[in-house]
Amino acid sequence: MADKNTMIEFRDVHKYYGDYHALRGITAEIRAGEFFSLLGPSGCGKTTLLRTIAGFEGISSGAVLIDGKSMAEVPANKRPTNMVFQSYAIFPHLTVEQNVGFGLRRDPRTAAEKARAVEEALEMVNLKGYGGRAAHALSGGQRQRVALARALILKPKVLLLDEPLSALDKKMREQMQMELIKLQRQVGITFILVTHDQEEALVMSDRIAVMFEGEVAQLADPETLYRRPNSRRVADFIGTMNFLPASILAETADTVEVEAQGFGRLTLDAGQVTGAATASGANVGFRPETLTILFDGQTAPDRESKATVVEVVYYGDMTYYDIRLEGSDQPLRLSMRNVFGRPVLDIGTETRVAWSPGALVLFR
Amino acid sequence: MMKGGWFRVYALGYLLFLYAPIILLPIFAFNDAAVVAFPLSGTTTKWFAQLMNEPSLHIALKNSLTISVCSSVMATILGIFAARATTRYRFPFKAGIMGLVMLPLVLPEIILAVALLVVLLGIGVPLSIFTVILGHVLICTPFAIAILSAAFQALDQSLEEAAYDLGEGPVSTFRLIILPLVLPGIVSSLLITFTISLDEFILAFFLAGSEATLPVYIFSQFRFPNSVPVIMALGTILVLMSITLLAIAEYFRRRGIAKSGGKDTGGFL
Repeated sequence: MADKNTMIEFRDVHKYYGDYHALRGITAEIRAGEFFSLLGPSGCGKTTLLRTIAGFEGISSGAVLIDGKSMAEVPANKRPTNMVFQSYAIFPHLTVEQNVGFGLRRDPRTAAEKARAVEEALEMVNLKGYGGRAAHALSGGQRQRVALARALILKPKVLLLDEPLSALDKKMREQMQMELIKLQRQVGITFILVTHDQEEALVMSDRIAVMFEGEVAQLADPETLYRRPNSRRVADFIGTMNFLPASILAETADTVEVEAQGFGRLTLDAGQVTGAATASGANVGFRPETLTILFDGQTAPDRESKATVVEVVYYGDMTYYDIRLEGSDQPLRLSMRNVFGRPVLDIGTETRVAWSPGALVLFR
Repeated sequence: MMKGGWFRVYALGYLLFLYAPIILLPIFAFNDAAVVAFPLSGTTTKWFAQLMNEPSLHIALKNSLTISVCSSVMATILGIFAARATTRYRFPFKAGIMGLVMLPLVLPEIILAVALLVVLLGIGVPLSIFTVILGHVLICTPFAIAILSAAFQALDQSLEEAAYDLGEGPVSTFRLIILPLVLPGIVSSLLITFTISLDEFILAFFLAGSEATLPVYIFSQFRFPNSVPVIMALGTILVLMSITLLAIAEYFRRRGIAKSGGKDTGGFL
């Protein structure tokens, strides 16, 4: 059951649109004060789930609780949540000030106090002095800030962010990510972010729920999600993961012995085993950065294998190689930080790569 | 012939066909002769003066204005409901229902007029300004819906949700957010349905009974050759009024767009 630290609780939430089963039994808890992300491809139900918290979407069965109270009978305008919309939904006929102060209309404070609150909210999002501007004359990033100030001025228990950064260009997006993290620490409000961008989710969140087809596939902190994805699907969605076919030879309570293509016989820790058995057979998976090319004279700290370079992609600070291990026909992605004085290898180069059994995950 | 020359000739011919007859209106309105024919014979303003001494014209004008104001307001209010419903909600038989509502747009007016007359006489409603208003609301509503649907369609639905999210109810959201943003559409709808109702002849002719409207009055005056120059004077005033009205409507439409930061996608002018 939920402890007092829980801000949002989903209890077996189902949502149908006619015959379409959009949410298939979501049970999850979001803690007070955390930066939580709902991550998944489009159509996975992440936005629908967010909208059930805001009250824009009813649920077919189950319960949504905010701060221990069921929201079943509470309409959107009475919930302790505020939302930053994907389109920002800035009222185009009002000024920045009027937009930010919109939620204070029913506030019993005096006009002067409200004006001060608006001023403070604008300062918080670095828009001091923009109060008198017409809202429609703002840039994308500025609209985003107005939307944030407008939502935060009401001091909600939960701030909902529906893909708020998707309309911004890369530089602006990265800047806003940092600002959002800072802002969240500063105000201490629970932030719930919907995004399809795994990098954004990893960068910003305390915890992430990865969703596929109306279900939560994995709910964990970013590091666990990246290092120990609980299924091939989650692994594929979060970053890049290499897979090699493997067969399980022996299994004890603590260890699993496997034969992996290209790697040979390995003994893995039981903690490295993840996911349920699938018809397609077992795989070992590993991230590109856990494989390292060994240059002249270097020796592997753990294991090494012979490999051939089949593709090179130069990124400036990084070089991505596709390599093929001796005894395997599977191309593997490998990433190397470019260091001054180290050459970029050509396609066809025979080389050695270092790896470590501890970095592998076994999908069975 | 230079490049595009034939298009120029075509464009010129087209404009001439459209507007030459209208240019004749002021020419004969100021012509000092009871017969509408060339050559012209001196200028006069007596036809305009004569307009002032036509009590039946004044009554017709008053009737027409009453009918146009009432039917444009009613059609626009109905249009707001319908446009809101079609852009915001899904309901069974939506396409069929909207088709029926928009049908008067293409229905022959004479058929509509006869049918209405038969029904009204059948249920014993006396013909009056009121019955003309009923008929005009019927033909104006589809225009209002078409104009207002465009305005409601342009409205981002999350604006409404944002207002709810910030604590407003449905009524205050409509008043504070939706209404100001669709206001230019409402003004357009009022002006256009007003003009349609003002110059509508067939329904007015059938349904007005003894209360003539302006177009019905003008038609009746053509029986008297002497009053043709007076009609020309009246026509001149009406044309000037129309242009002024259109200019005002366009001014408000553009101002509305500039205020809400939207993109101008055409208008009347």
